[in-house]
Amino acid sequence: MSLLEVSDLNVWFDLPGGGQVHAVQGVSFALDGGQRFGLVGESGCGKTTTILALMGLLPPNAEVSGDVRIDGRSVLAGGEDSIRPHRWKDIAMVFQGAMNALNPVKKVGWQIAEPMALHGVAEGSAARKRAGELLELVGIPASAAERYPHEFSGGMRQRASIAMALACQPKILLADEPTTALDVMVQAQILELLTSLSDELGLALILVTHDLPVVAQMCDQAAVMYAGKIVEDGPMETLFHAPRHPYTRLLFAATPDLYGREAVVSIPGAPPRLDREITGCSFRQRCDVAMESCATEHPDLITIGAGHRAACLRNTAQREETAEVR
Amino acid sequence: MSEFMAARPAPSVPAAGAADQVAAEAAVRQAPGDVLLDVRDLRTYYPVRRGLVQSVARAPRRHVHAVDGVSFSLRRGEMVALVGESGCGKTSTLQTILGMVKPTSGTVTLDGTDITALSERQMRPLRRTIQMIYQDPYESLDPRFRVRDTIEEPMLVHGIGSSRSERLPLIAAALEQAGLTPAELFIDRYPHELSGGQRQRVAIAASLVLSPALLLADEPVSMLDVSVRAGVLALLDSLRRDADMAILMITHDLSTAAHFADRIAVMYLGRIVEQGRAADVVRDPQHPYTKALLSVVPKRDPRDRTVPQILTGETPNPVDVPAGCRFHPRCPIATDRCRTEDPALRQPDAAAAGDHLAACHLA
Amino acid sequence: MTAVTQDPALAAEGLGVPAHRRGVFWTALRQRKSAMVGLFIIIFFIVLAVIAPFISPYSATAQTCAVYAPPSAQHWLGCDDGGIDMLSELMQGGRISLVVGFAATLVAMVIGGGVGILSGYFGGWIDSALMRITDYLLVIPSLVFAIVIADIWGANLLHVIIVIGILQWTSTARIIRAQVMSLRERVFVKRARAIGSGNGRIIWRHILPQVAPLLIANTVLTVAIAIYMETVLAFLGLEDPTVTTWGTILQHAFDRTAISSGAWWAIVPDGFAIAAIIVGCFLLGQAIEDSLNPRLKVAHLSIRRWRFRPLVGRGKDAI
Repeated sequence: MSLLEVSDLNVWFDLPGGGQVHAVQGVSFALDGGQRFGLVGESGCGKTTTILALMGLLPPNAEVSGDVRIDGRSVLAGGEDSIRPHRWKDIAMVFQGAMNALNPVKKVGWQIAEPMALHGVAEGSAARKRAGELLELVGIPASAAERYPHEFSGGMRQRASIAMALACQPKILLADEPTTALDVMVQAQILELLTSLSDELGLALILVTHDLPVVAQMCDQAAVMYAGKIVEDGPMETLFHAPRHPYTRLLFAATPDLYGREAVVSIPGAPPRLDREITGCSFRQRCDVAMESCATEHPDLITIGAGHRAACLRNTAQREETAEVR
Repeated sequence: MSEFMAARPAPSVPAAGAADQVAAEAAVRQAPGDVLLDVRDLRTYYPVRRGLVQSVARAPRRHVHAVDGVSFSLRRGEMVALVGESGCGKTSTLQTILGMVKPTSGTVTLDGTDITALSERQMRPLRRTIQMIYQDPYESLDPRFRVRDTIEEPMLVHGIGSSRSERLPLIAAALEQAGLTPAELFIDRYPHELSGGQRQRVAIAASLVLSPALLLADEPVSMLDVSVRAGVLALLDSLRRDADMAILMITHDLSTAAHFADRIAVMYLGRIVEQGRAADVVRDPQHPYTKALLSVVPKRDPRDRTVPQILTGETPNPVDVPAGCRFHPRCPIATDRCRTEDPALRQPDAAAAGDHLAACHLA
Repeated sequence: MTAVTQDPALAAEGLGVPAHRRGVFWTALRQRKSAMVGLFIIIFFIVLAVIAPFISPYSATAQTCAVYAPPSAQHWLGCDDGGIDMLSELMQGGRISLVVGFAATLVAMVIGGGVGILSGYFGGWIDSALMRITDYLLVIPSLVFAIVIADIWGANLLHVIIVIGILQWTSTARIIRAQVMSLRERVFVKRARAIGSGNGRIIWRHILPQVAPLLIANTVLTVAIAIYMETVLAFLGLEDPTVTTWGTILQHAFDRTAISSGAWWAIVPDGFAIAAIIVGCFLLGQAIEDSLNPRLKVAHLSIRRWRFRPLVGRGKDAI
């Protein structure tokens, strides 16, 4: 049994004019303590929606199905009531742009202590003491608890929002684009912090980002999402060196590497709309190795090797052949 | 080898194929054209607003040293990347060259004319030759303008074409040059109907109708999806090759700079601390700041996990520039000399190429 | 090789028929009941004012019945102190009241919009100078000021229009200025300047179209205030005594003991007309303002939450 098990997670959003967008389509993965898991893909691929669903923080027009288990306990089936006791205590999140979402008129220490009181973890001076400890943990002197967010730099604010997520000692930390809009040097500092936190506290970390190199450097496992589905997942090294879905391969090829000499490619077209049924493979219009059967047959996420899955019909066709690495 | 794997390096766009050549020919460049833009000792200071108490107490007026002695030149057909963290003055440099901000001192010479000395009115006809691409394609297009209006606007301002029917083919040609083909599919769209990459191409098309000599690009792809970035960059690359434009691009992404620019200039706190050919700067950095910046760029290959050399702290406030070398408080190898003496930009002893400069006493 | 060599920018999938942007605003407005009610009231009174001379049953100046004759089949709203048919008088009065309201608003919008745009766009000393003037006008008690001006200049329709116009432009100027100041910093405006557009062109092509809806909302709201001001001035006897407006009708009724005579019909329908047009203007103006500013929309106040869809009759690999 893993710490976090997600199976067949689906999210639909009601559209104002009727109809639904199927934003997350049958996502499954599992994660243990101390593991770092990357969720990558272009904007609109459903990666943020997936982790918001895990937190039970979807807007009222959302509909969810599937099973999410934390320590074996199902947390979504009862709707808001079943997730609330787990939220922030077992599973916490650093939101996208969190560093700009701190309340400007409240002291940072107070803002870190607030969730502790809300979830009955600690109150009063105990909470304040713990807020100071958390700040130290993320590399800010405890005395800074008495300061206001505007006195902090961008990197310090992001550290403070990580401290806020850790307030109730969660086992799972979700981070949505934690380094976007930060400078490279500060980005490196924050990534180092997240890495050491997951090592030292045994946190299971889910990193949602569009930035493949960040995932490559930080995560052991990753899932590539496209049009609401996981199209490939597995160990990071396998994804880079032996991808079995053309989207994974193209995404890496579209990312320039500092010392890489090969061409940087762009992937033609745009992701499909998710408000109608897609027949066949959702990536086929942008794929450089699409076959005729891709238009009609639906590729399943099949196991390729140890912990490595991909959803491409080419794999099914070649299953008998020996898979050649690179 | 299976067909599946064989397609790995297949470039999906012809333009991206050109980028392939860039990387391959990085070392053997064709002879660059004549100098188009020459920036000499440019300084742009912004006054800091004083509070009432300070005004009454006659506290000395303080300045943000946004650009503090920047010199470089740009040839026709050349792409130079200005790299640095936020607050290093790269955007202010661009704004000053564009004429949006008056420099405190220094000169910006465009094609032999010092444009810093020109008045707003004298500058207006010259605006044709300098065009700017903005970072956020969701903000830089007027939401009420159709694509055709956005592209027609600069022609109206500069009196190109006497009638709508005369301008229409020019609009279509600019759209197709920017990769939006067929033009009829895009010409009547509003920005909100287009994707980020398409909007950025519209913005580029609106610059192209003026056939500028110099294109300034402020983080042109940082707001775009990874999958379309290469296409927009390849478009810029083809413009300087085929249309002989000079492109000055701001980016915080060293990987992008390494791939697409001819030369890289690294800025820190209002100064260029290192500049040279892209390959030289990336593979043989001389300034400790450049070395640190390069070490923290995450590599694509998960096996390639080099230990990043993380500098502590963040860029100091450009109001209080440190004495001596402005990088010394964060520099891992700073000596006593660095604390007192401001290093000039010169060719380091270890540098292989003659046009590789760094501002460090120890390089 | 089945590689797709389609242009990267072309995403035919997402591109439908080009939309009409103008339609977006109109659709948003049409979804608001209050906007439609307000618009209906305003159009009703405008149409009534235009066709009044052709449909009013009697003369609005000559005596056609007894003094304070109660409503009857011939005179639906009764008669006033001079034996004039109330219904005809109301129609005639509405014409003048609306003309005063709209003309004064036009004056206010031209001054307010102009000051707001110049002040917000140019900033600096222009902004300081214009805003000081605005501040002074804002703190002067408007009614007292109107009484003084009307008294000095003399009671005359044109003077009333000018006085109301001068008093009503300040809040518009402040709202427009704030909007223009934020617009000025938008990237597409900066881009227009970088292209080489002059100030006039930027204001005309980029700024004005953006503030126009706000200006329209303000216009509608100011019409209500202007009509109200006209009524007040007339009631205080500062209106030209030779014209008939909703204000002078009220004033006459009060002066000539309509209340002690129990002639409610000389006051109530008139008051109702004034109230109706003001309510109509406010409904429409507020609706425009709300649809312009999505932040004012009240969202997530419902206790509705996301739902869990149970998997009935669906296997694990159903999707």
